[in-house]
Amino acid sequence: MSDLAALSNSFQNWYRFSRNPTAVIGLLIVVVAILAALLAPHITPYPDHVGAIVDFRNRHQPPSAAHWFGTDNVGRDILTRVIFGLRVSLMLAFVVLIIAVPFGTVMGLLAGYFGGWTEIVIMRLTDIALALPPLIMALAVAAVLEPSLMNAMLAIASLWWTWHTRLVYSMVRQIRALEYVEAAETLGASKVHILFREILPNCISAIAVKTSLDAGFVILIGASLSFLGLGIQPPTPDLGTMVSDGASFLPDYWWESLLPGSAILFVALGFNLLGDGLRDLFDVEDVR
Amino acid sequence: MSALLSVQGLSVSFTTYGRTAEVLKGVSLEVPQGAQVALVGESGSGKSVTMKAIMGLLQQPPARIHGGKIMFDGRDLLTLPERERVALRGTAMSMVFQDPMSSLNPVWTIEDQLTTILKYADRRLGRDRDRRGRRARVIEVLAQVRMRDPERVAGSYPIMLSGGMRQRVLIAMALLSEPRLLIADEPGTALDVTTQAQILKLLRDLVEAQGLALLMITHNLGVVRETSNYVYVMNKGEIVEEGPTAGLFEAPRQQYTRDLIAAVPRLTGRVAP
Repeated sequence: MSDLAALSNSFQNWYRFSRNPTAVIGLLIVVVAILAALLAPHITPYPDHVGAIVDFRNRHQPPSAAHWFGTDNVGRDILTRVIFGLRVSLMLAFVVLIIAVPFGTVMGLLAGYFGGWTEIVIMRLTDIALALPPLIMALAVAAVLEPSLMNAMLAIASLWWTWHTRLVYSMVRQIRALEYVEAAETLGASKVHILFREILPNCISAIAVKTSLDAGFVILIGASLSFLGLGIQPPTPDLGTMVSDGASFLPDYWWESLLPGSAILFVALGFNLLGDGLRDLFDVEDVR
Repeated sequence: MSALLSVQGLSVSFTTYGRTAEVLKGVSLEVPQGAQVALVGESGSGKSVTMKAIMGLLQQPPARIHGGKIMFDGRDLLTLPERERVALRGTAMSMVFQDPMSSLNPVWTIEDQLTTILKYADRRLGRDRDRRGRRARVIEVLAQVRMRDPERVAGSYPIMLSGGMRQRVLIAMALLSEPRLLIADEPGTALDVTTQAQILKLLRDLVEAQGLALLMITHNLGVVRETSNYVYVMNKGEIVEEGPTAGLFEAPRQQYTRDLIAAVPRLTGRVAP
């Protein structure tokens, strides 16, 4: 019976969501991008152009029927490389968020619920982390270790959790004062129960909105890093690297950097529109 | 008649920022088995602190209990180990919460919340009840609080219920594990007057039908009259007057009680032009 209620509820939610054109566009972009990235070897016209292939006869070809996005300075199909580049961008966002969101959420729950020294230590840590721009942090990590996708992801994730900590913290502060939490405490419920069954479910919608908005930002930061040559290393295609490589041939061979750049814009925009749509749907106000 | 709950000379003080305030000065009251007792007083008179001390919910510090006993069923709660204290809460003594809006978690259905509470109570009492047994008990108490369609209510989220229904869910919650003492902290204050009257009537009927002891904490003399047969009047941390409800309303002895009674708004006299 409650399943039925939940089901009709999800229909209502979908209806409300579908009335919001920007949100639907955002969802569409995100779904298309994810599908394209997953199916990349099957849908791209020249899958072997991912590697270190050189075809000088076809270099710097403008967009045409054979090469929709044109070719780069060694004659590789840009559309193919853009679609494979999406893989790296989405992977980066996925890995960063799958580390940062749960960790930040748990830290926020602990700081908000227990207060005292726990709160002081965690929240001052977030203050420090928020004072460091993630790009600078990633630069420093790449300089100390070596530039690679893994290091970039770890560097971004090590700072990114603090945003979620602050969000969850402020929500927990409000929720823990409510009577149902007090009632659970009165009845001797365990801390784990109170944190994860009473408080956390009330934060989920805000976390979902923030995570979706974050995905766009993380992709942008990842692209900036590889633009600077600190992300994934060639020949693996990456959108940021392609923009940077193509930039030296501007403005004559504009497609070489402009089209991969548009792809970055497109995906980041998709996640942001989706996040905005979810925010309207859940009616969450705390999230930027 | 031996009392189920007996508070003897309870003194509590609060210390904040180096200053100490005496909040309860030797409060004594008794709730006999199956009796309906009211504790009435204005805001700040110490009635909520008394209730919290009985339930064991005072945060210490800043609160400090420096005198008295709270005897429940022949045991002094103040010297009981914390584990046994927690075991009593929500089982032998339970509480009807005040605010029907914030006392239910919006993300779980009524059934989810009630079965969780029941599971915890069962665990503490060492009782064994399977999922179906818990669900049956939840439906049973929802029917006891006169829900017309307990099955549907069980599957609802709090937002789908009216204020009066939510308050009844809170009563059902308190009744779940067959308590012997029910402590009600101004139930229904957040509701409109007619709904509140229904809630109080329901509470009184339930308490009488199941032979529970009721301690009603309120500032509202109308509520006192409706739900109790014995009253304690509290002012500035002390019990200033006590007696059977009917007698107290007819012949209040203390000036403070007379003032309280005089302060009840009445629908008499002319309407101002």
